[in-house]
Amino acid sequence: MSSDVHTHDPAHDHRHGHAHPPHAEAPERLSYYQVMEIAVRELLIAKSVFAAEDVRRAVEAMDARDPAQGARVVARAWTDPAFRARLLADGTAAVRELGYEMATFRLLVVENTAKLHNLIVCTLCSCYPRMLLGLPPDWYKSRAYRSRAVREPRAVLKEFGTVLGDDVELRVHDSTADMRYLVLPERPAGTEGWSEERLAALVGRDCMIGVTRCHV
Amino acid sequence: MRQHHDMGGLPAGPVARQEHDYALWEKRVDALMMLLSQRQLLRVDELRRNIEALAPDAYDTMSYYERWISAITQTLLQRGVLTSDELGRAMAEIEAREAGR
Repeated sequence: MSSDVHTHDPAHDHRHGHAHPPHAEAPERLSYYQVMEIAVRELLIAKSVFAAEDVRRAVEAMDARDPAQGARVVARAWTDPAFRARLLADGTAAVRELGYEMATFRLLVVENTAKLHNLIVCTLCSCYPRMLLGLPPDWYKSRAYRSRAVREPRAVLKEFGTVLGDDVELRVHDSTADMRYLVLPERPAGTEGWSEERLAALVGRDCMIGVTRCHV
Repeated sequence: MRQHHDMGGLPAGPVARQEHDYALWEKRVDALMMLLSQRQLLRVDELRRNIEALAPDAYDTMSYYERWISAITQTLLQRGVLTSDELGRAMAEIEAREAGR
């Protein structure tokens, strides 16, 4: 790739119809945007905006976030009715009790029951309760999911193997940059008396997005 | 008029249940966003605006974190945190460094 093309406003080359080979086709070579990431990071470190150590720590913190955190919240709500009530009333404050900070986001927890199913999407981009579930799966950010989850949600659910009866109300929640949703799935039958840890192991990422239900 | 990113309700094909483990460079892009937000050098609205300003074909062909690094960089240029000259030079140097490995 010739570098002269990129000396003026590199971030805007895509507007000039200039195609960049996708990363996957050239595994040994850095892609244009990988080079951009390195350049921006190194320049910001050189300007003391942050240190290399800060980047490393941020990546580590990201790696430490996964759906097990959301599962812990769900299992607590299933076993502690007072916590469940607090969680539904103010998700942000309730998850803080378990040590999870939502940063600048407001967390709204929506509860599934036998007669009500909730599904979350972000039609405009990819907003997701990342503090509790980690980074979203690719399909959550895909055109197909973003477009159809609000148009034909029952058909989308069916693709995930979730078939809702006609008597079950379905609510679709469109997330925003400031407001993130988490589905509190219905506790599966036959789990009476289970410990919080055992229950948490049942709670997968997809049932907290609402594309599936929790099963024993 | 509906903008390109505003796709809720439009017809589309089946949801491809695709997932991949995020590469280190993608996580670093995410880290940049968080570190810059914490330092009030980037607001999520700016990130969004610069993603949404992408031409439709770029929006569709770029990967998720490619859109992000493009928008982060654009924000830093708009705010004057970086200049396009220093960015262009840095990118050329990195390309040269990599080619010489």
